[in-house]
Amino acid sequence: MNIHEFQAKELLRQYKVATPDGRVATDAEDARQITKAYGGKSVVKAQIHAGGRGKGGGVKFATDPDKAAELFKQMLGMNLVTKQTGAEGRRVYTVFISDPVDIDRELYLSFLVDRASSRITILASTEGGVEIEEVAEKTPEKIVRVAIDPAIGLSAFQAREVAFALKLEGDAFKKGVIFLQNMYRLFVEKDCSMIEVNPLVVTKTGDVIALDAKMGFDDNALFRHPDILAFRDLHEEAPEETEASKFNLNFIKLDGTIGCMVNGAGLAMGTMDIIKYHGGSPANFLDVGGSATEDAVMNAFRIILQDKAVKGVMVNIFGGIMRCDIVAGGIVKAAKEIGIKVPVVVRLEGTNVEEGKKILADSGLNLIVAEGLEDAAKKIVAATK
Amino acid sequence: MAVLVGNHTKLIVQGITGREGLFHATGCRDYGTNVVGGVTPGKGGTVIEGFPVFNTVRDAVEKTGANATMIFVPPSGAADAILEALSAGIALIVCITEGIPVLDMMKVKRVLPDYPGSRLIGPNCPGVITPGQAKIGIMPGRIHLAGNVGVVSRSGTLTYEAVGQLTALGIGQSTCIGIGGDPINGTSHIDALKLFNDDPDTHAVVMIGEIGGNAEEDAAAWVKAHMKKPVVAFIAGQTAPPGRRMGHAGAIISGGHGTAAEKMKALEAAGITVVQSPADMGNAMAKCLGVNV
Repeated sequence: MNIHEFQAKELLRQYKVATPDGRVATDAEDARQITKAYGGKSVVKAQIHAGGRGKGGGVKFATDPDKAAELFKQMLGMNLVTKQTGAEGRRVYTVFISDPVDIDRELYLSFLVDRASSRITILASTEGGVEIEEVAEKTPEKIVRVAIDPAIGLSAFQAREVAFALKLEGDAFKKGVIFLQNMYRLFVEKDCSMIEVNPLVVTKTGDVIALDAKMGFDDNALFRHPDILAFRDLHEEAPEETEASKFNLNFIKLDGTIGCMVNGAGLAMGTMDIIKYHGGSPANFLDVGGSATEDAVMNAFRIILQDKAVKGVMVNIFGGIMRCDIVAGGIVKAAKEIGIKVPVVVRLEGTNVEEGKKILADSGLNLIVAEGLEDAAKKIVAATK
Repeated sequence: MAVLVGNHTKLIVQGITGREGLFHATGCRDYGTNVVGGVTPGKGGTVIEGFPVFNTVRDAVEKTGANATMIFVPPSGAADAILEALSAGIALIVCITEGIPVLDMMKVKRVLPDYPGSRLIGPNCPGVITPGQAKIGIMPGRIHLAGNVGVVSRSGTLTYEAVGQLTALGIGQSTCIGIGGDPINGTSHIDALKLFNDDPDTHAVVMIGEIGGNAEEDAAAWVKAHMKKPVVAFIAGQTAPPGRRMGHAGAIISGGHGTAAEKMKALEAAGITVVQSPADMGNAMAKCLGVNV
């Protein structure tokens, strides 16, 4: 799960990691008042989960309180397009007003879970304010990596190593070390998957401050962090994905025309792949899981068919724990209760397959039955051509 | 004699009094696995469906001589259950549980080298089966056929798909290992390939990977340097969008890395037969083995 910058900064403050003063403005007048309180100038920042906000026009400097109010009005409700949002962009529901700081140097810092080493790893670079991927490509020697032993935590010498690599000196050095240690504590205590501070800035007065903050959390650990779960913003999720999650369905919307209903994440990806292989395009990823009920299957159908681009549906079930008769029952129920007007190809295999096929045959529904994965993919692509 | 699981296996089930734990303990016993009992803290001394229940893994090992465990403990306690099994000296630990926090698994992974006598499979996996002998896991046993092809996979149902294709062609399996879909797991593709490479009863291997991480690339390099047997591979997620987690916690293309295309390229460069369509896994293996289909 990802959160907004203003939420991330709230957490940073809880952990005594320095960030500029900042507040969410409730309306234009509030934006004006906050800017006044910051001495007449502020940075107005649109809050969406995607990166690249600055270049998309979602981060602007207000030279006076009136300008802040004007920028607030511009940004609230705007459709912010960045290179991470896709062409459709994201609507801005929250605008954050930040106290400007006098920047001396811009640095890069992130903490992430490195799969290869199975360790939390710090990436740091003196090249801040630009994308780290770019730095990694052009000047990889400017990125320092430090892997943290989970049994020991971030050692003082490692924090010093990073601070030296960032060329911090004097007071800024001491503050940088504390910054790193507090950020590590936050990462572990809140089960983060990623914290990126870009830029991390050194101010003219020698402070080390997180000017921006991007934070992601391990979905598997949210059960022990109700405070983080409260940060969830449904505006940032596709509505059909939110709805699917209510039925424990794992659904991701794509832009093709063939709906997919599959059990198991790997087989669901494989089903998308084979549709593409035979010349079609998948409209979604959907894993109904191992313990779906008839109702869940019916709702899966309903969610898939909400997408008007869907010209047909491929059902691909290899029943292990999942029983084919339950899937068949769900399909029949969906046809009766919501109506299915597009071709549906059904491929059932595994547990209770004969019972499942019988339910479909007895239903009188006009379904295309397939034998095997390839047959199913070919049939759905042909039926939707 | 295949690998990991077999007639020598004496299995306990951690979380045996839970609905899933009991269901699959019974499923394993029905398949022929010697299930000697289970563990649920606080329910020691009771018997459920003929399985003696113990309070601790150590107790269970002392009383039954168990050498393998299957874990169904819910995510919040699953890493602890693995640590308990390690501490009790269990040789084969199969963790089925899905949804374990990654920082919990990081700690488990950190201490695994302290227990060289133990192997962890999973978490978030279907388990391990040696057809005709024994299974530890949730896979449907009847789709399998005893034989000489090893299968290793990050996915559950996609493994069933591969096995189903092999069996339909009359090609049996030595052992099928589900290594799980999490970003941090106990046994990697390479570990499984090593086992198959050294197993005289395994003649070839089907390897199923998916987007995310670089375990398949590492495996490709290892195969090129060491593998003596033919390998057929499929990578799921060729059509997956970047930045989205495709069901499995580990299945995500991040920062432009971990794509199916990268992995397929690395595998092909290592001399592995890579199929583009998941429907071709069985046929490609038949071709490798010179089986007429």
